[in-house]
Amino acid sequence: MITKRIIPCLDVKNGRVVKGTNFQGLNDVSSPVELAARYSENGADELVFYDITASVEGRALFTDILREVARTIFIPLTVGGGINSVADFERVLTCGADKVSVNTGALKNPDLIGEAAERYGSQCVVLSADIKRVDGEFRVFANGGRTDTGREALAWLKEGTERGAGEVVVNSIDTDGVKNGFDLPMLEAVCNTVDVPVIASGGAGCVEDFITLFKAVPGVDAGLAASVFHYGTVPIAALKDALRKNSIPVRITL
Amino acid sequence: MIAIVDYGVGNLFSLKSSFAAIGEEATVTADAQVIATAERVILPGVGAFGDAADKLRETGLDRAVLAAAAAGTPLMGICLGMQLLFDAGEEFGTHAGLGLIAGTVKPIADVIPRDLKVPQIGWNALRLTAPKHAIFRHINDGDCVYFVHSFAGMDCAPSVIATTEYGAPLTAAVAKGNVCGCQFHPEKSGKVGLAILKGFCEWEGTV
Repeated sequence: MITKRIIPCLDVKNGRVVKGTNFQGLNDVSSPVELAARYSENGADELVFYDITASVEGRALFTDILREVARTIFIPLTVGGGINSVADFERVLTCGADKVSVNTGALKNPDLIGEAAERYGSQCVVLSADIKRVDGEFRVFANGGRTDTGREALAWLKEGTERGAGEVVVNSIDTDGVKNGFDLPMLEAVCNTVDVPVIASGGAGCVEDFITLFKAVPGVDAGLAASVFHYGTVPIAALKDALRKNSIPVRITL
Repeated sequence: MIAIVDYGVGNLFSLKSSFAAIGEEATVTADAQVIATAERVILPGVGAFGDAADKLRETGLDRAVLAAAAAGTPLMGICLGMQLLFDAGEEFGTHAGLGLIAGTVKPIADVIPRDLKVPQIGWNALRLTAPKHAIFRHINDGDCVYFVHSFAGMDCAPSVIATTEYGAPLTAAVAKGNVCGCQFHPEKSGKVGLAILKGFCEWEGTV
């Protein structure tokens, strides 16, 4: 039976891992290579790296880090942040990424999804969306959750998967950083809309939030979080153990 | 030295790095001569069966791989590389494979319940056949490995050395003589994956 995945997300800026609350007030945490190794050792099923650097120097530093992580850690690596073209896909894939996550770049140019899927396969293209409730509907936001695109989120995710995205990351702006649990109604709606794996993001505050997530929305394939893992609030090994005891299939590492 | 066959499909950085991590020297190569003299050969691959089979033939590396297999060199196909070992693949039409493993690569949708997602993406447990094949000597039945696939080897029962349960038992690994293949990605399967690659590197290419 396929297991539910636990995915730590590392937001990287100028070579360091950061995590904010509601996308603002970023705090420095640790070395990405060190954190990645620790997560892998403790049973993380996959790692996501978001490059939130704007400068060219920062971007070069990011690919150096990625290469170092890929050289030492042998679990799937997803990379996102600043992916606007097939050339950007190529840049991170040659550094050892397995999947590439597109967000604002795909909103600006939806053809990017299909072009990348055709070239690298759908399994390589992850459509990530920052979603917030506006006027009674789910609305997609761009630019790190700052800009309301006016697009309805479920229609966008459906279009994205039809264009070739092989997985979707649903990041609820409404619950992100609040640590009060995942956005179950939003996730349920997405699971009823797309037929590719759904990765839940935004709102994890404790072990119970993950148990609730997988029990309440069985269609969710993975839970993604950042700060609860970085600060050790939710140790991954203990989380896996708790999930297993609640009859949720997970990979138990050696 | 291990030759990782480079015929223009997929990123081989992790594969090369994973051999380095277990202390084995591996080279990514498109040189038939290097493949002919290698101690072991890895046939990787991602993408669609037909495209990959075409690329392998266009580069002439199909002959290099077949020659290595005939010479008794231990050979491992990974993911699509494993599928190419089969007689044929039914992805976007029927395409001929290398014919090293008897069987056909078919959509998993044909055999799994309709409510399961395709592709299967994620970590799933291996069910090893008894007795355990040599490449699995360092791992245990039930260990999880990382899968990404929409197709799987079928009608290949005599060669199956591991299955995985995804609504139905799917072919996870095959072996025949000095040729073996993994549907999952050992280079992305953590310590278990590295242990399988180690087992492959110690394997003499006999059943």
